[in-house]
Amino acid sequence: MSTDLQTLLQEAEELAFDIDSSYVKAWKEKTGGLAIGYLPIYVPRELLHAQGCLPVGVLGAGDNLEIIRGDAYYQSYICHLPRSVIELGLTGRLDCMDGMLFPAICDVIRNLSGMWKMMAPEKLSRYLDVPQNFDPETGGLFYRHELEELSADLVKLGARPLTDEALRASIEVYNRHRVAVQSLYRLRQDEPWKVPSSELYLILRAGVILPVEEHLEMMASYEAAVRADTTRKPMDQARVLLTGSFCEQPPLGLIKTLERSGCYIVDDDLIQVHRWILSSIPTEGDPLDNLVQAFLSDTIDSPTRYIDDGVKGAELVQRVKDSRAEGLLFCAPSFCDPALLDQPMAVTAVEKAGIPWTSFLFSENTGQFQVIREQAGTFADSIKLWS
Amino acid sequence: MVSTIEYWVGIDLGSTTTKAVVLNQAGDTLGCGITNSRSNYDVACSVSLAEALTDARFSLIAKEFAGQADSKAILERLELAFKEAQFREQLADLQQICMGLLEQRKAPAVYAEALTEIFNGMEVEAHDLHQHGANRRSDFFRDLAGASYLSLAEKVSRDADLSFEQIVGLYDKAILEVEARMPDGESFRLHLDSALECGGFDEPIRATITKVAAIDLVQSGSVGTGYGRARLPFDKAQIRSEILCHGLGAHAMFPGTRTVLDIGGQDTKAIQVDANGIVTSFQMNDRCAAGCGRYLGYIADEMNLGLHELGPMAQKSKKCVKINSTCTVFAGAELRERLSLGEKREDILAGLHRAIILRAMSILARSGGIDNEFTFTGGVAKNPAAVEALAKLIKENYGERTVNISPTSIYTGALGAAIFALRGRDVTGEEAA
Amino acid sequence: MSKNQMTPDVQKDSSQLKQKQMIAEHYTRLAKAPDTGEKNAYTFVPGNLTELLRSFDLLPVLPEINALQSSMRGKSREYIAIAEKLGHSEDVCTYVKCDLGMMKSGNVGPTGERLPDPDLLLLSYTGCFTFMKWFEILREEYDAPVAMLHVPYQGDGVITDSMRKYVVDQLKTKVIPVMEKVSGKSYDEDRLKEMLTRSAKAEDDLVAVLESGKNTPSPIDAYFGGVYYIGPIFTAFRGTQDAVDYYEALRSEIDERVRLGKGPVTPEGEMKEEKYRIVVEGPPNWTSFRKFWKMFSDEGAVVVTSSYTKVGGVYDNGFRHDPDRPLESLAEYCMGCYTNLTLPSRVDMLAKYVEDYNADGLLINSIKSCNSFSAGQLMILREVEKRTGKPGGFIESDLVDPRYFSAANIKNRLESWFQMIQQRRDG
Repeated sequence: MSTDLQTLLQEAEELAFDIDSSYVKAWKEKTGGLAIGYLPIYVPRELLHAQGCLPVGVLGAGDNLEIIRGDAYYQSYICHLPRSVIELGLTGRLDCMDGMLFPAICDVIRNLSGMWKMMAPEKLSRYLDVPQNFDPETGGLFYRHELEELSADLVKLGARPLTDEALRASIEVYNRHRVAVQSLYRLRQDEPWKVPSSELYLILRAGVILPVEEHLEMMASYEAAVRADTTRKPMDQARVLLTGSFCEQPPLGLIKTLERSGCYIVDDDLIQVHRWILSSIPTEGDPLDNLVQAFLSDTIDSPTRYIDDGVKGAELVQRVKDSRAEGLLFCAPSFCDPALLDQPMAVTAVEKAGIPWTSFLFSENTGQFQVIREQAGTFADSIKLWS
Repeated sequence: MVSTIEYWVGIDLGSTTTKAVVLNQAGDTLGCGITNSRSNYDVACSVSLAEALTDARFSLIAKEFAGQADSKAILERLELAFKEAQFREQLADLQQICMGLLEQRKAPAVYAEALTEIFNGMEVEAHDLHQHGANRRSDFFRDLAGASYLSLAEKVSRDADLSFEQIVGLYDKAILEVEARMPDGESFRLHLDSALECGGFDEPIRATITKVAAIDLVQSGSVGTGYGRARLPFDKAQIRSEILCHGLGAHAMFPGTRTVLDIGGQDTKAIQVDANGIVTSFQMNDRCAAGCGRYLGYIADEMNLGLHELGPMAQKSKKCVKINSTCTVFAGAELRERLSLGEKREDILAGLHRAIILRAMSILARSGGIDNEFTFTGGVAKNPAAVEALAKLIKENYGERTVNISPTSIYTGALGAAIFALRGRDVTGEEAA
Repeated sequence: MSKNQMTPDVQKDSSQLKQKQMIAEHYTRLAKAPDTGEKNAYTFVPGNLTELLRSFDLLPVLPEINALQSSMRGKSREYIAIAEKLGHSEDVCTYVKCDLGMMKSGNVGPTGERLPDPDLLLLSYTGCFTFMKWFEILREEYDAPVAMLHVPYQGDGVITDSMRKYVVDQLKTKVIPVMEKVSGKSYDEDRLKEMLTRSAKAEDDLVAVLESGKNTPSPIDAYFGGVYYIGPIFTAFRGTQDAVDYYEALRSEIDERVRLGKGPVTPEGEMKEEKYRIVVEGPPNWTSFRKFWKMFSDEGAVVVTSSYTKVGGVYDNGFRHDPDRPLESLAEYCMGCYTNLTLPSRVDMLAKYVEDYNADGLLINSIKSCNSFSAGQLMILREVEKRTGKPGGFIESDLVDPRYFSAANIKNRLESWFQMIQQRRDG
């Protein structure tokens, strides 16, 4: 690995697991702008960006923080992410956030929005309701109104008002970002040995902290570096799609474990905010309507999203085909309602399509991977044996 | 000298041990007793009470000799001889039951011979166990006799080419019967007589001891508590929650206490008390027993160590391994994985201790945190590595706090119960008046 | 125990008999539906659109109620096992698994008769994320049309015009057209208005009954007894004359108990001494319902009010269904259900309950299945303690999974809590 690549990855890792929010603090000092934290899975970052705010993904502290007070807020049957978010909050690590957004993911994150209101009454804490009705005249109007309220809240905090011109410019830059992410995903599909998922993950996770413009540069440097790297050679690994970890993130060790056990991850649900909207959002016309319309009709089929007329699992099967994956790993966080309630339906579709699959659970601070390593290793071997 | 002393007893029926504390009218502790819990709760209670009364009598005897130059030696000799007599009685009982079982099973004569050989060996060990400076790894007959029986059975069965499992099976069955015996009211005097006989005491000493032993201890009230309290042979009015008893007991031991943490075998409790020892809030671990004392038990088994050896080994660590899960189910797997990664045993153990204490810190935070003086009780409070980890985390999270640990912390709940029993006297007294 | 004691007084009350008869008739109608041609809709309790359904002569079937009934009949363990064998995780809601298991076992309802397959799946996605997945699962099993009503959450503790409009628009464009198609009838707003008038009448009486808990002694147990009182209005009968009659009768019975200074009726008979007055947050456990109740009644603990009796609608804040604004008031009803309230609103409500009902404290029964209720309850507990100065209690169980009801553990905590309250009173 070249020293440039090494430095780049090191930088990405520091950003990705910057639990002290050092970068955000420095950014605020430098620019005087507002930092708005958001929970997974999706928020319209274009809008925040257009009003001069830095959207900051709050994806949990993973295995980098001991949870002492956060556990005092949750029973043992609730997932791990909100514990570490609370711990981050109570230890002052999120004090630099001028506001927090809690998108509609599940009841746990929904309730966390109210808890945050009680914990930080002086800060903006907003539940971002998203429509489960995708008709522009009903769900669309409602969502547009939600975004207008959010925009007004930002102005109250001191952000600049939203203008069509600024929003168009932001959509434009995020469109470029989407293209760059897709390019990396495509490269990994074509030559997975060149883009190890443990690296791609760091690069993408750094992207929920960095301003979009800087992250574009980081991705460009990374892509150029790995394309130029001739030392990375293909190995006999099984191509798998990793699904179920869209909200609470698996520890980096788990991703590395899967790769070491003989899997190439050729598609995944990780850091989905970058890929939630599938294609470029038009910039002509009313840009806010365009943002709304993209949410209504051009997104990933997440288990958090009601599938109105579609067939459950069809999109997942299609993704397996598109990524030329040979198998599917259901890798959900323990106690994750959306992922786990969805899984049996997805399994039905996947089995019907004859796709091999296996499943296991994790939590963001899982410390031992032996069982998963053996399971994934056996799965990879069986795929290689039969294909 | 008084001929009668009234006493009030609190009994704490825990999942692994049953404790009794006996108080006099002034609220002073007369004695404490402990035994291993067993399926027959009545017996466990009676045994712990009998032990507490024995302890009370020894305290009374000690008072008589207070000031005498050789008092310490006299008492130790007496106690050891007494315990040996107790032990021998149970040993004889055990042997008889084992022999009876052999007869029932119509086992070949070689088994009876083997058994006799084992018990002869145990007799010798019984004597050695009760000498000055002897290392006893437990205070319970079950553990001491068990260890002795097992090691002898291994040798004897190998020499005589008999089934080791068969012989051990006998013990497993017989010990249950021995443990189901109700303590005999006369046994204190009998064991004392035998102790006096073997102890080689001078006549004046014997006279004083006999005189004190003749004092009548009369029970005037009792309160039960603990995990198994609902099954105690007491009226509902005589039963208190262990939370209340722990709070009150800790307050009695350290009156400045405002927060109590108890980590027992099955559960972890965090209790807040006011200046009078009255509980103001409490939290317990949930249905999942992760991070309780039992977890350390699994780890000890997995490492083939004694429970008491874990703490000191963990303290040797220079680099604590980060362990995130205190799930008892995965304890073994996690440990093996760490070992296979080449981590040192002491470093892993240090991490495990820290993980347990982290769980306790959460429960403490749930109950309201630590604002003031803090008392740590329960079996895990005897583990130095756990104490060290706790002290460190308290300092990091709450600042400098007084941390109390009593060497008799295992009796905290029973002490609280005994105080309730004593207070109950006042209430009844008022009602009667 | 004598036979007389086994039969609580409440059984003899006319309201109780009336309710039993209403339920029996409803299930019989459902069982006969394949022959009579009556159409039904499967739907959920929170945010249910019973008046609207009934205005189309659609009969409601409530899977949550079926699940809890299965559990009270001791069937849930088996049903849950069936669902888990089909690949459903141990970590998720047991109502869903119990319902699925029941369906896979022949869909036999609480009266022992087979329930009809759904003619309509009316997904009122209100206050619970799992509802959405539940009906996605049912949709895979049945070939029935789905009408999805997304009810937005009161994230800021208020219902905005935009939220109201969103729900009303969905009723008009998504829900009503499907109901028309399934029932073959046109939307009849006058009929709906008549029903809403009756709803409001019954709601008045319900509120009077629930607020009777403010008396000392409380004439009702507003949790264990409460689940019977809310039954008709939360399920299939809101808007019917039967419901009006039931609540009228119930209210007069309760008024009489207040007049006589009587305490609540429990399965063990009439409660003699009211030792503890408590407010309970969270659903009850159904697998050991009687045993659970006894742990309270044995200690002289009366639940004077509860949040669970608000899951199918919060009425004690003054909300009523309004015939003058039929769809708007249905929308407000949906958005106002307890689990659709944000945590600060829940804390306000519970702290006010502790004060208004002169209670000794708040007890939380934290349900493993139900993250909508449970996530954040430990914070609710601390906040309510802080505001009221009364000690909170915390126990854990599950809705219908018998594996998550540890009687010894719950009893231990309850006793400790009651004794703590007593000890603090004694000083």
